[in-house]
Amino acid sequence: MRLHPKPIQTFRDDFSYSNSEEAIARFPFPFPQDDYMYSVNIEPHVTPGPEGSVFEHLLDIDEHYLSEMAERDIVLRENAQRCLAMPHMDVACWDLIERAMTSLAADYPQHFSLVREGERWTWQNRLLDIHDSFTFGDSSTLPLPPLEYIGRQLQGDFALLDQRDGDLFMDAGIVTCPADWSLRFDAGMSFSEWHGPVPLAHEMGVFERALKYLTAIPVGRPVRRLNWTLTINARMDSSPETFPSWGSDRTTVTPDNVGEKVYLRVELQVLDRMPRSNALMFSIRTYLMSFDDLVTNPDWARRLHRVMKTLPPELVEYKGLSRFHPAVVEWLSRFDPAN
Amino acid sequence: MTVSKLRVRVTGVIPVAPAIREFRLEPIEAQLTPFSAGSHVIVEMPGAGRVLRNAYSLLSDPADTGAYRIAVRLQESSRGGSKFMHEQVSEGTELLISPPANLFAPSWQGRKHLLIAGGVGITPFLSYIPEMLRRDADFELHYLYRSSQTGAYREALADQLGERYFGYDSATGERCRLEKVLGGRAPGTHVYVCGPQSLLEAVRRTAAELGWPASHIHFEAFAAAQPGEPFQVELAASRQRLEVPGESSLLEALEDAGINVPSLCRGGVCGQCMTRVLDGDIEHRDSFLSEAEKARQDCIMPCVSRAAKAGLTLDL
Repeated sequence: MRLHPKPIQTFRDDFSYSNSEEAIARFPFPFPQDDYMYSVNIEPHVTPGPEGSVFEHLLDIDEHYLSEMAERDIVLRENAQRCLAMPHMDVACWDLIERAMTSLAADYPQHFSLVREGERWTWQNRLLDIHDSFTFGDSSTLPLPPLEYIGRQLQGDFALLDQRDGDLFMDAGIVTCPADWSLRFDAGMSFSEWHGPVPLAHEMGVFERALKYLTAIPVGRPVRRLNWTLTINARMDSSPETFPSWGSDRTTVTPDNVGEKVYLRVELQVLDRMPRSNALMFSIRTYLMSFDDLVTNPDWARRLHRVMKTLPPELVEYKGLSRFHPAVVEWLSRFDPAN
Repeated sequence: MTVSKLRVRVTGVIPVAPAIREFRLEPIEAQLTPFSAGSHVIVEMPGAGRVLRNAYSLLSDPADTGAYRIAVRLQESSRGGSKFMHEQVSEGTELLISPPANLFAPSWQGRKHLLIAGGVGITPFLSYIPEMLRRDADFELHYLYRSSQTGAYREALADQLGERYFGYDSATGERCRLEKVLGGRAPGTHVYVCGPQSLLEAVRRTAAELGWPASHIHFEAFAAAQPGEPFQVELAASRQRLEVPGESSLLEALEDAGINVPSLCRGGVCGQCMTRVLDGDIEHRDSFLSEAEKARQDCIMPCVSRAAKAGLTLDL
């Protein structure tokens, strides 16, 4: 059964966001082992993946669609710089429009449809009540700039990386639900520059190997990886720009409220070559799950305890967990008495 | 949608210069994807008992998804690839190609673009030009050829580009003075060169002497693997021994044995197929490794490089 989008819930103020049982069952739990360390954990994103899983389609649409689109609208109204595209990225933005519209129309025909008559395209998004006709490649025929137009209809953040001289550059993106990074700050940077703050991995040669792999991704063969962190409250927009409104949340965690306050934040990152521009699409689809919901699965509860307990101090610091990490480990220990 | 290989049918073969033929490739079942300027495809050629795989630049307009076009120069020292394309391939032949990949994309932020082509090295620029015209980019084409063998498309290019076109026919003694082409250019100018190794090196040297930043000089070496002496390889991890015939590259011999080595350019440029060497002397023929790395004799680009003596032991 496919999840139908629920009425709008919030990712701020009263945090009415919640996960259904079906959403919990399909949550991409990111820990394959009892301990965690970086690796180049990239694998082919072969679609269709397992039916009903978050890997089934190129772009996953789930019960939070309307809520995430409403949240994106709030963020973009507050700060228009959360969507940026340098002029030379125009073709890449249209590449994304084509990739997104053709896959959504094929994968979710009940929600989306696309009619192409040469360059004249008609797009329908029944979930958001959008029905537009435009000329493919001509940005003046869209009601919004191309990246913002399509980004406001897709769950997750998107960056479009220009590829030059064997390197990747963050030259366009729509980023409204980042795990503490800023598109405005990273704009124009190269791959190793925007990964500058990550500890340990540089010395391990992880980025060098990853870059070689990423620059060679061919058209039609997307790849994916999972990344994770912890977030306090169901807050999608944990960006440096809005730090004053969420940074102090970290001080509100106590050993008693971990279950409802602390969320495992998992990013399904997909990298896909854009054919016309040779840009690399980098999509970051975020799934938030409270610890209370996670521990309904005893295997997850046990493993989460072991991962958190053995997490290297550098990673505790980098992921911003220092203030509440001891409380998290203590709260989880009850699900793993053997450890 | 996951694409691995595309089946195409040759729907046109035309001579475009005395030693160069153009092939038009149309999809048999799936549609062709659009591609970016500077892309190439790997063409699989089921030759005499073994499969040859050569990279060819797409020379059609990137916006045209009806067909891909490539051009192949008959190489005198061919291992069989260009010979196969010239002698065995005709209208109706079916071939397998890879999806397009791009190792030679224009730097679109550049203010001006100098395209320098040598012989059949014109091909990637034929996909640059329509895209540069669409984007209203400032560019010049400098085309070095020998009209007795190469020089494909020169009349059409001269007509289309007008004063942006500069042709040099060595058969009539016309010389391209690189220091004039590269000298006195405004900051923000990028140069792209595709052609024989000697042209690449001349452009690199001249540009360096004139103070060009390395990041503004872009190369595509189109030479495929060259033949050599046959040799043996030991595969330490999989405990196998293979013979590499003189006409095969090491990469092709590995692929024929069912050993999957990632590859992209198949011309010693991209570094994708780099493999660890445990023992043996290597004849390095790639332009990816630095001189210091080559001297260490501990890794090889199997797409072009070979054993210098009897054999090699690989960490595969």
